[in-house]
Parts: sequence; C-alpha cells; structure tokens
Amino acid sequence: MNLQAVLTIYKAEMRRFFRTYQQSLIAPVISTSLYFVVFGTAIGGRIDQVEGVPYGAFIVPGLIMLSVMTQSIQNGSVGIYFPKFQGTIYEILSAPVTFIEVVAGYVGAAATKALAIGTIILITATFFVDFQILHPISMVAFLLMTCVCFALLGFIIGIWAQNFDQLSMIPVLVITPLVFLGGSFYSANMLPPFWEGVTRLNPVFYLISGFRWSFFGYADVPVGVSLIAIAIFTAVCLSVIWWIFRSGWRLRD
Amino acid sequence: MAPQTSPIVQVQGLTKTYSGGFTALDNLDFDAREGEILALLGPNGAGKTTLISTICGITRPTSGSVTVGGYDIRRDFRRARSMIGLVPQELVVEPFTKVKDTVAFSRGMFGKAPDPAHVEKVLKQLSLWDKRDNQVRELSGGMKRRVLIAKALAHEPRVLFLDEPTAGVDVELRKGMWDVVRELREQGVTVILTTHYIEEAEEMADRISVISAGRILLTEDKAALMRRMGHKELRIELSEPIAALPPALEGRGIELSEDGHSLIYSYDSSAERTGITRLLSALAEAGLVMSDLSTHQSSLEEIFVSLVHGPDDDNEREAAQ
Ligand SMILES: Nc1ncnc2c1ncn2[C@@H]1O[C@H](COP(=O)(O)OP(=O)(O)OP(=O)(O)O)[C@@H](O)[C@H]1O
Ligand SMILES: [Mg+2]
Repeated sequence: MNLQAVLTIYKAEMRRFFRTYQQSLIAPVISTSLYFVVFGTAIGGRIDQVEGVPYGAFIVPGLIMLSVMTQSIQNGSVGIYFPKFQGTIYEILSAPVTFIEVVAGYVGAAATKALAIGTIILITATFFVDFQILHPISMVAFLLMTCVCFALLGFIIGIWAQNFDQLSMIPVLVITPLVFLGGSFYSANMLPPFWEGVTRLNPVFYLISGFRWSFFGYADVPVGVSLIAIAIFTAVCLSVIWWIFRSGWRLRD
Repeated sequence: MAPQTSPIVQVQGLTKTYSGGFTALDNLDFDAREGEILALLGPNGAGKTTLISTICGITRPTSGSVTVGGYDIRRDFRRARSMIGLVPQELVVEPFTKVKDTVAFSRGMFGKAPDPAHVEKVLKQLSLWDKRDNQVRELSGGMKRRVLIAKALAHEPRVLFLDEPTAGVDVELRKGMWDVVRELREQGVTVILTTHYIEEAEEMADRISVISAGRILLTEDKAALMRRMGHKELRIELSEPIAALPPALEGRGIELSEDGHSLIYSYDSSAERTGITRLLSALAEAGLVMSDLSTHQSSLEEIFVSLVHGPDDDNEREAAQ
C-alpha cells in the first residue's frame, strides 16, 4: 500500500479546496439560508408540525443532506476530472499505485470538504431554528457515510464525464430530484400510497430517513434498513470504480 | 546475472492496437542498457510516444512483454514503475499549483517521503529555484517543460523517459538540459529520449534506435552507426580548372565538378584503406595543383532520413517539406 501517495493526493486536493474556500463555503451557506427563509418561514407557517417535529426543524436534516450530497459529488467528480481534462492524469496512471490509493486520496479529500460544509450548514441552521440532536454519534456516522458514498459516485462521474456539461449534468439532473423526492422536505407517509412506493425506490430516501432519525428519533424506515442501503450503495460504487481501473475505461487507451 | 548483459528496459514482441483498430506498435522489440543515453528517433506517428506510454503504464499493451529492472510492468507494476521517471511530450501542468508543490507531489505519488533538499537540488539543477513559489501558469513554455523534468526527477528514478524534452526550449537552456542529462547518466540513470533535433541525438546519445511505423528498424551504437552508414567525401579544389579528368585518375571513383574546379572523391571512412594516399600521388603525377582540401561526413540526420525513407527517397522528402 502506497500510503504516501494517498496522503499526497489528499493534501493536494485539500490545498485546492483552501485556495477557493470562500466560494466553496459561502455558496452553500447562502443557499441553505434561502431554503430556511422560503421553506421554513413561508411553508412552515402553513404546516405546523410533521410527526411532532416543528416543520422548520424537520427540514434541517434534509437540507444538510442536500448540500452534503451535492458537494460530495461535485468535489469527487472535479477532483479526478481536472487531471483528466488537463492531461496531468499521466502522473497518476504511471505512479506505483492501485485504484485503492487513488480513490482513498481523492474521495477522502472530497468527503472531508463535504463534511466541513455539512457542519457549517448545521451551524447555520441553529441561527434559524431550534432543534436538538438525539443521537449525535449516529448523526455524525450517517453524515460521514453519506459524504463517502456520494464522493465515490462523484469520482465515477468525473471519470465518465468528457466535458464540463456532463460534469455538472448529473448533480442537477439526478441528485437534486432524488433529494427533493427523497423526503427532504416532507415525510413519506404524507404522500399518497403510490408516490410513497415510488419514494421507496429512491436510495436517497433511506439516507435522509436514517439521518433524520439521528436528530428526532423519528424515521420513515428502520435505521438498520438505512444502513444496509448505504452499504449497498457504497459497494456498488466501489465495484464500478474497481472495474473502471481494471478495464482502463476512459482512463487508459 | 551480470548487470551489463541484462537490459534495464526490455520490450519483447510488443503490439499495441488502439481501440479504433490502428496498430501503433507492431510486434516491437526494444531494449535499453543500464546507464546509457538512448535516443529514440522516428518520424511523426512512428510510435515513440506509444512505446513510452506503454512502458510507463499509461497505455495498455495489446500483447507482448515489458520489463523494467527485471520487473514485469503488469505483474510487478509497483516495483517496475517506481524505477521510472517520465517527461511527457505534451506540456501538461497543474496551472494553479506552485512549482515546488507540484514537484513534491510527484515525489509523493511514487511513495517517497518528502525531501525538500532533493526538491531544491532538482529545481536548482533546472534553473527553476527562483520560480519555486510561482504558480505553474505564471511560467513560460520552456520553464513549464523544465517543471515537467523536475517532476520526473523528484522521486530519483533509475530510468528516465524524456519525450521530446527540448521542444520549445531555447538554445542556451537546451545545452543546460543536455548537461543535466549527462550528469544523470554519470549517476547511473538510464535515459531514453526522443527528439526531432537529430543533432541532439548525435551530440548526446550512446546508442540510437530508429523506429518507423511501429517497428524498430535498428538499434546501434551511435559511433558505429555513423561509421557504418557514414560516407566521407574528399573535395579537392584545383588552382586551375580542367576540362576533363586526366586518364590516370579515371576508374578510381573520382568525379570532376561541372565547373572543372574541383575533384570529389567518395570513400568509406571505416575501410582499412581509404585510397587517399594513392589518389594524392596520382594527382601529383598528373601535374594537377591543389589549392584546397576539405572532407565532409554524412550527419546522423542524413543517415536517419535514408534509413526511414530509403536512400532514393530523399528528394521526395525534401519536396514534401
Ligand atoms: N489514443 C490514440 N488512439 C488512437 N490512435 C492513436 C492514439 N495515440 C496515438 N495514436 C496513433 O498511433 C500512432 C503513433 O503515435 P505516437 O504518438 O506514438 O507517435 P510518435 O512517434 O510519438 O509521433 P510524434 O513524433 O509526432 O510525437 C499515430 O499514428 C497516432 O495517430
Ligand atoms: Mg510522440
């Protein structure tokens, strides 16, 4: 195992993050604040409580998840896309490393950034609403697992993408709808049975449910099911990446 | 196993067919000896970069075997790649990274602990030390090229591939780069370089490999190649022009120039007897007075062109240029 390489990629990626940390941090904070104003205040005025939780507080986990997932994917994809785009990937391809080291470095850094942003949004939320976190350890664990598995997905997107449009397409076209339809802003059992069934096909739904449980002790599905869903999701991403490096798809001619 | 006899880079039966179906390397054999400077010469599209990329692990071989330092590049890829430094042909850089950081990055990727002293040494060697805190995008093209070299040297490789290292580098720095390469060889590093400046190969290389259409045409000691392929010409300027070759000089491979002012004698410089002595005495006997003498040896460039295109192809190539 070439740990030095993992550390080298990780540090270089974090350095890139700190070069642009103002944009990286301010954008999500502003958009989250807007959500609180619009959803929390406007809609919250009409919906009083969901499952005994004030609506403003109910949407906090979903909002954090929305940002964390988007950020993980973005960071994970950009991290590997740029070397590919610039041609500097030759260095990674010719180094004595396996895909495990490359993934650990890039995905580790992407997940770290997303985790930092998630934490900042959590802090921002405390300015808008009162809430408590019933299970802080599992909250952190869910957050971390989400960061990692979406950064893995981002990594795949970064290798797949052949231009900037493709790079930004997936987060907008796939992730945002999945998060919105995954119960970020409502409870699944508020929906008609058909749409509740559709929601259950959405992997993001399980993450948000588990994450929300850590806050309020209320979940749409049992926490164990959420964990299994994350494990499956991570395993699928890892297998795809393993296959990519094995076959050289979009990496090696 | 004697180190002199086992090549440090050994390529056997290497074929590379790109996904589009184009075969860039065709059952190619190639080797480099430890500690030598080997110049890989070939026209555009010959397969030089493909060969280097395949050895370095950037391109996947279709078939054949490659070992570096005795390690198979697929089975033992960690050990094989650890020995290799690569300067790619394209100027590919991380624009927003500082020079010293990007060099340190390369070292880290190869599993070596940070060593600022070594990075400093390499940057100084390549006249980049003043630019160490600049972002790479702030450098000139020739400086970027040298950053790529510094990156390749960051992990102290034993085999260095330089894919057109001096393209776009000014004359003075090019000479400086040659010195760096020679210094590396003195340290025992094997250097494999490609270049389109043939005089560069002539100046630097111990051995020359000529590649064309995905095959190695020959690999030979540079001096031997030049001797074997090199024809020398002796040009004798006459003080008085003559209308025709005196009978005594006929049948010796001597030609009279059109203006009758000079005689041209072609000979093989590596032959035991060049025939020059006899020629000169015959000249004196015929009563011809010389005003000047000069010799001309074919350059590597001429040799190269005739190898790749065949000796009769020269005019065609010139016309194409
Ligand atoms: N990724 C690729 N896909 C398909 N064909 C390729 C690819 N890369 C190179 N080739 C083809 O393989 C052949 C050899 O290319 P290569 O880059 O190895 O040549 P070269 O000897 O390095 O040339 P140059 O002197 O121009 O650098 C060329 O015909 C080229 O078009
Ligand atoms: Mg080339």
